[in-house]
Amino acid sequence: MFMPRTLIRIAVVASILIALPVNAQDLGQQVTEDDLALWDLTTESNGTGLPPGSGTARTGQSVWSENCAACHGAKADGGPAGSLVGGIGSLTSAAPVKTVGSYWPYATSLFDYVRRAMPYQDPGSLSDDELYAVVAYILNRNEIIDDDAVMNAKSLKDVKMPNRNGFVSYWPSPLKN
Amino acid sequence: MASSKSLPPSQESIEAGGGLINRRWLMKSGLAIGTFGLTAGAARAEQIGVPEWSSTPGKGMSGYGQPSPFESDVSRPALKLFTDGIADESGVSFTPLEKLAGTMTPNGLFFERHHSGIPEIDPAKHKFAIHGLVKRRLVFSVENLLRYPMVTRTCFIECAGNSLFNSLAEPQQRSAGEIHGLIGNAEWTGVPLALLLEEAGVDVEAKWLHVEGADAAKMSRSVPLKQALAGDAIIALYQNGERLRPEQGYPMRLVLPGWQGNMCVKWLRRIKLVTKPLHTKDETSKYTLLQKDGKARQFTFEMGVKSVITAPSPGVTPSGKGLYQVSGLAWSGGGRITRVEISADGGTSWADAHINPGSGPQALARFRLPWLWDGSPRTLMSRATDETGSVQPTREAWYRPFAAGQLFHQNAIQAWAVAANGEVRNVYA
Repeated sequence: MFMPRTLIRIAVVASILIALPVNAQDLGQQVTEDDLALWDLTTESNGTGLPPGSGTARTGQSVWSENCAACHGAKADGGPAGSLVGGIGSLTSAAPVKTVGSYWPYATSLFDYVRRAMPYQDPGSLSDDELYAVVAYILNRNEIIDDDAVMNAKSLKDVKMPNRNGFVSYWPSPLKN
Repeated sequence: MASSKSLPPSQESIEAGGGLINRRWLMKSGLAIGTFGLTAGAARAEQIGVPEWSSTPGKGMSGYGQPSPFESDVSRPALKLFTDGIADESGVSFTPLEKLAGTMTPNGLFFERHHSGIPEIDPAKHKFAIHGLVKRRLVFSVENLLRYPMVTRTCFIECAGNSLFNSLAEPQQRSAGEIHGLIGNAEWTGVPLALLLEEAGVDVEAKWLHVEGADAAKMSRSVPLKQALAGDAIIALYQNGERLRPEQGYPMRLVLPGWQGNMCVKWLRRIKLVTKPLHTKDETSKYTLLQKDGKARQFTFEMGVKSVITAPSPGVTPSGKGLYQVSGLAWSGGGRITRVEISADGGTSWADAHINPGSGPQALARFRLPWLWDGSPRTLMSRATDETGSVQPTREAWYRPFAAGQLFHQNAIQAWAVAANGEVRNVYA
């Protein structure tokens, strides 16, 4: 009645192997998680993967001005690459405004994105303390955390984003989309 | 069942309003048809001379062939997403659908979407890692991956933001490719992801993959493990027979047939097996579908059933009343295209188009139908159905659940209004 997942997996892989003319080559080189530390940017919403370090909106102000303001505005509220602030409560209106504050469900996602992709011209250049600080700055500009709230691996995952419960998973699909 | 060789076709060949003719009639009639976008040929040919290319030897061989210089207008129109000078390399370019025929997209015309430009990757230095909830954490070189058993699969890749312009309040006057061309269809060759996961040994608690690129954005998405194992996921190294182009993810990309193009991560460098989705930026702030009730659909992976008429279309215009072949493309992330209907009277009546045989599931299908245009204004539409029974919705029905400005997974019926002078415009009908 119920086919264990591992059996399904074995069956699927076996069918591929049978269908192919030769067997797998086993050419992967074994490594450790430590070997992959510089690459492993995976950040989970439960905080797994967040690095040590901390920062506040107050310290984040200068990180913002130096690295982010040119594209996202002096106060994160507009610039050539768009605003990251505002729109909270607008999602059911006739003109929804999607920003970090109004739309993003997890503060950990914001940290993850800034760490992997920002600042645009030099991603990876911010220290972990600077990352926490600039993330704190964006959250503070959205009035989600206070000026002196310390963001770190523990507190960031506990930040309650306004749109935390705003998403409905379509996997597995509840409706044909 | 007309066999007459003169116009108009007999009444029983008329399939639907506006001059749509039975799809079998044209092949039997042996009639020449009008060509969209060209003026009608001279009624009487002049004496045919000997052109210069028939009088002197031509050029020699070349290392990598290029299109005829006379086809230089066939290119990808680009669209920047920000103010000039801001992240210029992180935009899109569209497959010029209306300038192509058949079903395959040439590699140099396959649409682009980059989130931090195109990295120039030296394959000798590129690594691809599988780690996380596995028994063996593994790193593969490109050289090693090329030694694995490979599979070949033809499928489309479609950006989840394709056709976004038709979400705007007013219809935009752009070409078919500039509206619907964030899609390409190719034959992909590479290593089944399931093979490499088997080599790594997946832990039972692993349910999702965190898939990541080597570009400066480290573009990343969460993919359900179940689909990666069962859904023909390929680590593609070749596209249409040659190694991937840099803009398509050289030296390797993930291909998930029928799913959002954004998930087919280019410049693939890492897959981490995890228990839950990561809620990355591109599966929360983007590629989610905001509804009127303020809730947003997330993880809407499969691309819906869709079609577009490429001839006629804006810029591909009839040159006067007469007989034409309507032609276009249909596809579905859900499987094979089983039916395409065409209307020439704004959706009042429909005729079945002929679908060129041979297109597989999650691949572009080419449809065609003869059309006798009487020169009066007509509104043409196409409506596709896939093997699961999903039918392409009207724009009104598609938009109904969504908030204003919602633009992802736009698969509504496209209407083209053909004016008496032959001009074709995008209309919402």
